Amino acid sequence: MSATPEPSLQRTPLYELHVSLGAKMVPFAGYAMPVQYPPGILKEHLHTRDKAGLFDVSHMGQALLIGPDHATTAAALEALVPADILNLGPGQQRYTQLLNGEGGIIDDLMVTRSVSSDDDGSLMLVVNASRKELDYAHISGSLPDDVRLQPAPERALFALQGPATKDVLAKLSDIAASLAFMTASSGKVGDFDCHISRSGYTGEDGFEISVAAAKAEKLARRLLAQEGVQPAGLGARDSLRLEAGLCLYGHDIDETTSPVEAGLAWSIQKRRRAEGGFPGAGRIQHELAHGPTRKCIGIKPDGRAPAREGTEIFAMLGERIGAVTSGGFGPSVNAPVAMGYVQAQYAEPGTPVNLMVRGKALSATVVPLPFVPHRYVRKG
Amino acid sequence: MATERFTKDHEWIRAEDGIGTVGITDYAQGQLGDIVYVELPEAGRRAAKGEAVAVVESVKAASDVYAPLTGEVTEVNAELAANPALVNEDAEGRAWFFKIRIADAAEFDALMDRAGYEAFVKQES
Repeated sequence: MSATPEPSLQRTPLYELHVSLGAKMVPFAGYAMPVQYPPGILKEHLHTRDKAGLFDVSHMGQALLIGPDHATTAAALEALVPADILNLGPGQQRYTQLLNGEGGIIDDLMVTRSVSSDDDGSLMLVVNASRKELDYAHISGSLPDDVRLQPAPERALFALQGPATKDVLAKLSDIAASLAFMTASSGKVGDFDCHISRSGYTGEDGFEISVAAAKAEKLARRLLAQEGVQPAGLGARDSLRLEAGLCLYGHDIDETTSPVEAGLAWSIQKRRRAEGGFPGAGRIQHELAHGPTRKCIGIKPDGRAPAREGTEIFAMLGERIGAVTSGGFGPSVNAPVAMGYVQAQYAEPGTPVNLMVRGKALSATVVPLPFVPHRYVRKG
Repeated sequence: MATERFTKDHEWIRAEDGIGTVGITDYAQGQLGDIVYVELPEAGRRAAKGEAVAVVESVKAASDVYAPLTGEVTEVNAELAANPALVNEDAEGRAWFFKIRIADAAEFDALMDRAGYEAFVKQES
């Protein structure tokens, strides 16, 4: 219950701000991160769904993939991920996965094509903090001579999430309000030069804002001064993404799970399905055609007891059919929610299952994801 | 008059006429954050000192609540089961978890008093 993390932990450019706001700092992926602020996870979560939450996600890995032209850079990345990068328009963003040779997920990431023709041939990548060193080595080791990876540790990253964010940024930014979901552009927020995308990982409308680390605290204070904006920590980020049915690396996806098993087949576009040419294409094309043997599902316990990660899932006849990979309490659902994997024949929504919690079988139901409808704004 | 004692696992116990009322401390609820679920033992259960007999769950995690001493559970707090957030509102009052018939008064006396517990918390945080 110690509140002071070890001194060896890295700090984001907002560390001092978090501490001054009264955040409870915890170790996460080698960083000292705010798990919650004084209002607590429940209120931060509900405030984000109601108005706007500001999350520091500077621990995540931001990097540029730089080649001579878009086709060359896209081809280099397509050798590692199953998404269609070639047909990504300027300023468009896509969610995809770095895959290993067996089609397992090394990491999941966001890829954005630069909006400007000046740096055509550049792709911006955002990867998970816990995986960034491994990702960078993996990507760098696979690139052709004319494409290079340039990590950007000198940049901070915020996620401003919630229905009020568009009005907040409309007042502060020249371009934010014109962006549609999963598009991005360079622009100003206040007086600060930023890279802004309309995206996030909460299921709400929102933006991710990349800014020079040296400017990060000033920009964060400016955003927090806006009506309706409150800081939100990793705890709320986790409960928000779980309600939104979004996979968390190291929990719902890992090197053994394929994107098809994880319910991420939507992120593999038609051309790549047909052509293959990505690691593990054999397994993934087979799973797309015939269905995977196990599937990621939503699980709603019938009672009030949360089922945590690792909870075993049983069929009504007593056979063990899978396990919970993320589970907790959904503040907006006001009930326990979970995600997990089960054998494909039990994955149909409505299927009754039992969860073994502290030696007791608790009844639960397979439900469609997400638990809370996404509220993305498709048109800027 | 009731006297109170505390454990290193952050439970409080208040004894009156051989019955101890048990809950978690205000410090513990502050550390756990928003409580969303509690699981209480059945009345009649016999527990040994240090045995996990109840569970308290925040948004993030589940924590065990231990029997501060040996005895038989005589009553549980139905109001708490229905409204777990009571722990955050009044941890050392209305949010008691269970009552236990104290088998050995010496076990009670050996626990920390409030000053001892406060010193323990200071040292731990």
